Amino acid sequence: MDKRKTVNYAKYGYIFSIPFVIAYLIFSLYPVLYTVVIGFTDLHGLTMKITDMRLMSNPFQNYIDVLSAKGNGSFRLAFFNTVIMWVCNFIPQLFVSLLLTAWFTDDRTKIKGQGLFKVLVYLPNIITAASVAILFQAFLSYPIGPLNAIRSGFLNFFDKIFHFGFDGKTYNFLNNKNFTRGTVSFIQFWMWYGNTMVLLIAGVIGIDPEIFEAAQIDGANRRQTFFRITLPCIRTILLYVLVTSMIGGLNMFDIPQLLNRGGPDGSTATTAMYIYTQAFRNSEYMYNRASAASIIMFIIIMILTVILFYILRDKDEVELRKIRKRERKALKR
Amino acid sequence: MSSKSLSKSQDSLVVKVFVYIICIVLAILSILPFWFMVVNATRTSEMILAHPISLIPSSHLGDNLKVFDDKPTFQPVTGFINSAIISVGATVLSLYFSSLTAYALTAYEWKLRDSFFKFIMAVMMIPAQCTLIGFFKMVYALHMTNNLLTLILPAIAAPATVFFMRQYLQSSLSMEIVQSARIDGAGEFRTFNSIVLPIMKPALATQAIFIYVGTWNELFRPLVILIDASKKTMPIMVSLLNGDIYRVEYGAIYLGLAITILPLIIVYLILSRYIVSGVALGAVK
Repeated sequence: MDKRKTVNYAKYGYIFSIPFVIAYLIFSLYPVLYTVVIGFTDLHGLTMKITDMRLMSNPFQNYIDVLSAKGNGSFRLAFFNTVIMWVCNFIPQLFVSLLLTAWFTDDRTKIKGQGLFKVLVYLPNIITAASVAILFQAFLSYPIGPLNAIRSGFLNFFDKIFHFGFDGKTYNFLNNKNFTRGTVSFIQFWMWYGNTMVLLIAGVIGIDPEIFEAAQIDGANRRQTFFRITLPCIRTILLYVLVTSMIGGLNMFDIPQLLNRGGPDGSTATTAMYIYTQAFRNSEYMYNRASAASIIMFIIIMILTVILFYILRDKDEVELRKIRKRERKALKR
Repeated sequence: MSSKSLSKSQDSLVVKVFVYIICIVLAILSILPFWFMVVNATRTSEMILAHPISLIPSSHLGDNLKVFDDKPTFQPVTGFINSAIISVGATVLSLYFSSLTAYALTAYEWKLRDSFFKFIMAVMMIPAQCTLIGFFKMVYALHMTNNLLTLILPAIAAPATVFFMRQYLQSSLSMEIVQSARIDGAGEFRTFNSIVLPIMKPALATQAIFIYVGTWNELFRPLVILIDASKKTMPIMVSLLNGDIYRVEYGAIYLGLAITILPLIIVYLILSRYIVSGVALGAVK
């Protein structure tokens, strides 16, 4: 092709990217930079104008305030809660998804109705998290509610056998810190394991079948095949699931906010809720403190993303790119 | 996955039964909460207090609906309309402009192309929560709070969608088609609209579902931006159900939840095949 023409077409690459770039600058990059700036200032209160905003005498004062506070309603506790609730959801989620993946992709087990099963367990994932949280709150309601009815039924039944003297009182589940945390983790697990399972199954199906055949000829048993071949081959998808779930988990908001408003005693308050509360539910409207907390979370997420890209980078592609570069240089000469 | 020449031992009946039982229990666990919800939506608060669990629907749906006439904080119709406007708007903008950007990244050779793509990959993982305060303050200064456009326009720049669309175009767009359109005298913009977009239909359909559902379900940003009662979206309406107003109206709470959840379940069951295979498609890319 004529060289001038190629140059001519190149400009459309820029033109067609303009809407994205403009929208990104206005709605994402500018807010990020603005949030960074607010984090170093004294901007708070509903009526304070941006023009009155001043830099803190110690620019990192907001960061110190956010990170040093302890106890109920603090960032530290919120971060602890966020991590613990994510871990308690992710470990069982990964375990169950891997187990189901192993069953479903093994043609010796030959499970029927897989399609229907996938559709059913994926269902909770598309339901509004806000609605799910309030539904579970209704299930746990006190003094009378579905879970309390089940509990009383059980205790009455065993009381008839063992006579330990059940007084018939109901239990306020949402007053128990660990039970409420566990409920948040369970809801997350329940909403996400179907998604993880579908991803992992897709990964296993994508593995070259010849590898499995070779393993079988070599006499590998089922456990060896799973741990030595299947797991290493879906490493990339496992890491993808891990990091997307971690980023999602670090931004957990809807479920703990609506299940019990972060209670009891701030035991289910998350970092996203901390940001929301400081900026919009605090009578002082601490935008600066909320911004500092946002930036702390932003940095944590960036570090995690960089680690992901480092681990996920395709070594073959890096090599290929080097070769191409060399070829291009050779062509220019 | 298997080749028929290899003989395979079948699992024992015990293992099979165990696997099926676990699967059936998990499947029931996915539906049962919603069934409880539907049943309790048709029962009065007194019935729910007497027997919180029932598997058989009753006939008091109308009574529960009346609660929302007397205490009209929860307005599902308003919430539905607002959520629909935001979700449709965001989905259309996101699909169109992400495809356009992806096309720019695939079909043309330009100097900054690789750096631009790297940038998109780098910012893909940044969640909106991290930029919320700056976003809110900017919107507030522009008097754009309580404006649905505030939640629609940012969809023009959706890095994750661009990434997906680019992966799709790389595998399915042949430059020969584009070349022949050029020879026929079509402009670049027209080529994109009338030739490239139709090629992308399968990818557009998959992404449309996920963007729509994601926007519909979002609570965090709408909660901050939309304060006016007439602008509230469905998830904000739902959050009002656990306020003091409906404290003892158990039947009405279940009904309100059912109103927000059942449409999603129905749409999901119709599209489920595409949704589940769409998740898998995203994984392989």
